[in-house]
Amino acid sequence: MALRQCAIYGKGGIGKSTTTQNLVAALAEAGKKVMIVGCDPKADSTRLILHAKAQNSVMELAAEAGSVEDLELEDVLSVGYGGIKCVESGGPEPGVGCAGRGVITAINFLEEEGAYDDALDFVFYDVLGDVVCGGFAMPIRENKAQEIYIVCSGEMMAMYAANNIAKGIVKYANSGSVRLAGLICNSRNTDREDELIMALAAKLGSQMIHFIPRDNAVQHAEIRRMTVIEFDPTHKQADEYRQLAKKIVENKKFVIPTPITMDELEELLMEFGIMEAEDTSIIGKKAAEVAA
Amino acid sequence: MSALTREETQALIQEVLEVYPEKAKKDREKHLAVNDQSIEQSKKCITSNRKSLPGVMTIRGCAYAGSKGVVWGPIKDMIHISHGPVGCGQYSRAGRRNYYVGTTGVNTFGTMNFTSDFQEKDIVFGGDKKLAKVMTEIDALFPLNKGISIQSECPIGLIGDDIEAVAKKTAAETGKVVVPVRCEGFRGVSQSLGHHIANDAIRDWVLPRRDGKAHESTPYDVAVIGDYNIGGDAWSSRILLEEMGLRVVAQWSGDGTIAEMEKTPYVKMNLIHCYRSMNYIARHMEEKYSIPWMEYNFFGPTKVAESLRAIAAHFDDKIKEGAERVIAKYKAMMDEIIAKYKPRLEGKRVMLYVGGLRPRHVIGAYEDLGMEVVGTGYEFGHNDDYDRTIKDMGNATLIYDDVTGFEFEEFVKRVKPDLVGSGIKEKFIFQKMGVPFRQMHSWDYSGPYHGYDGFAIFARDMDMTLNNPCWGKMQAPWLKKDEPVAEKAAA
Repeated sequence: MALRQCAIYGKGGIGKSTTTQNLVAALAEAGKKVMIVGCDPKADSTRLILHAKAQNSVMELAAEAGSVEDLELEDVLSVGYGGIKCVESGGPEPGVGCAGRGVITAINFLEEEGAYDDALDFVFYDVLGDVVCGGFAMPIRENKAQEIYIVCSGEMMAMYAANNIAKGIVKYANSGSVRLAGLICNSRNTDREDELIMALAAKLGSQMIHFIPRDNAVQHAEIRRMTVIEFDPTHKQADEYRQLAKKIVENKKFVIPTPITMDELEELLMEFGIMEAEDTSIIGKKAAEVAA
Repeated sequence: MSALTREETQALIQEVLEVYPEKAKKDREKHLAVNDQSIEQSKKCITSNRKSLPGVMTIRGCAYAGSKGVVWGPIKDMIHISHGPVGCGQYSRAGRRNYYVGTTGVNTFGTMNFTSDFQEKDIVFGGDKKLAKVMTEIDALFPLNKGISIQSECPIGLIGDDIEAVAKKTAAETGKVVVPVRCEGFRGVSQSLGHHIANDAIRDWVLPRRDGKAHESTPYDVAVIGDYNIGGDAWSSRILLEEMGLRVVAQWSGDGTIAEMEKTPYVKMNLIHCYRSMNYIARHMEEKYSIPWMEYNFFGPTKVAESLRAIAAHFDDKIKEGAERVIAKYKAMMDEIIAKYKPRLEGKRVMLYVGGLRPRHVIGAYEDLGMEVVGTGYEFGHNDDYDRTIKDMGNATLIYDDVTGFEFEEFVKRVKPDLVGSGIKEKFIFQKMGVPFRQMHSWDYSGPYHGYDGFAIFARDMDMTLNNPCWGKMQAPWLKKDEPVAEKAAA
């Protein structure tokens, strides 16, 4: 089987890293050879696989050694649960330097050092919340990830972010082979959440590949720095991730997304009763004016 | 060849513009003009200080070049850190010939290159810690430095380093001035914004340092602003001011020191030579310290005398007499130079394309030698520069702003000047075309050209370039048709 490279995007705090690691654990359990590349300066994309607080990242080690050319692949690559290979790009603390450049440097390093070997079935890039600059778009450039999964929920801002990410994918899809492969709904228990995300996915020309219900088992496992798959393989939540993994393995629906306008998104939200119809008479009115 | 008429010059501009695509033509058209002395405001005939077009060969520099290379670099007792990757500082090091007195590496640092030498990790993790370390090391290795300026290269602005905080912290530790300058190269359309940013940094971080402190001043204190002492220009200017009785407190910034800068708010008058690069600080001192300022021009005896009298007019009779005495003293020497060189240069036509002040300031010096400037332009001038240029140039002469390599070559081919004065990038093109050429940025490794002493060198340089026998040897002997016959006849 040829190597499939997938990138996971989504609004910050939506559960990208947790979903990715559980998904990857399920793939490993099914005998797939997988690598995770964390593309977030926080470097928390691999801790559930490695049972560690945070892995030594490429950029950290490069800074210590002098430059990235001084590193060897084995310095930055750790192997965790199910033989999953883990790499964190790493980067600066908040408010200094250029995290985007860190991602670019780290991914170039992995390519040059031959981290993407033939034995691998999957590489997953876990990317920080928003594609704020070119660096965070690195995983979806030419010859990198070809499948993008967007983690979202039925909350307005999560859907708004998903639509924005779809816009970013269009730019790279037109010039390369990257495609939107589906939305993963990480449930927040909002009303008619599955229908809403299915409707959004349809508008984007894609699919909701799986609906992951909310379950505390995920948090229980996280406290132990483990995935549900490893912590409690018999739990029903583990089966949810197994299903997601199976659907991804079998996924054939890769599309150039058709992002919608803000108005269309608002209409969709109104249709599902998440947003009230806009009352233009109140715009720009202060509380005192409204009272009067 | 006789001078072009207004119609011919206009036709020439149109012809040169023909090669451009429609959009580029429309843009470039605004930057090329036929001079008309009756126009009061240059904005009516020429556009300047706009972004250069992609695809053309422009000669412009960047904001870093304007700050580090022009304004800050010559301040000799400070260390100027090129903050960022190594290239910007290393490839511009010591290129501007700002002469200074001092022992390089001990108490002066003008020709040295200091850089924080950014690596990938500095971009990713930020360079503030490295900058602090660099400054600590500088102070240990070069204890006689009087302060540091941090000249930002592009990446500093991109990654958002807080160099102001580092500057304040280091200044508190060393007790010396540390000036952060946000002159990232991508800012603005040319080096001009770099001058402005550098001036603002002086305003904010240097001038207030001696506010309210005692200073012994005289009624004759002046500062020379905007003389970078290229080939010793400031020295040959300063002696004239001193001979007429003024006290030159500060030289900005050629052979200048940080202490002189700090004392400038106490002078009676600021004398501006390069208006473009330092008018900002003169205006600031006028507003804050009520110091009047005036422009002067020390190229060629006519302009030197005019300027000395104009400067003296702001002072008492003692200075006025001093000015006359200086003019009289050098008159014989000037007459002798003109008598020697004018017959060799009379009627020769010059085209210029330089930077901040020379496209207009040197016109008088050429005229003193009987030469005519038939085309001129600024790399990074603004409209107030062109305002000042219109009156100095003859009617129907060519004016070109941010001229492209193609335009300049075509203009020279058609106007056929006897001499072109521009920079290193133009030099070899025109020399290969067989046109005598002088570098008017660096004085072609000669100088000074300012003041009376400078004029002697200027006149000699123009003569030895224009009348160099090499220009008669531009054609290979075997391509000459008539000469072999003549030679045979002679033999």
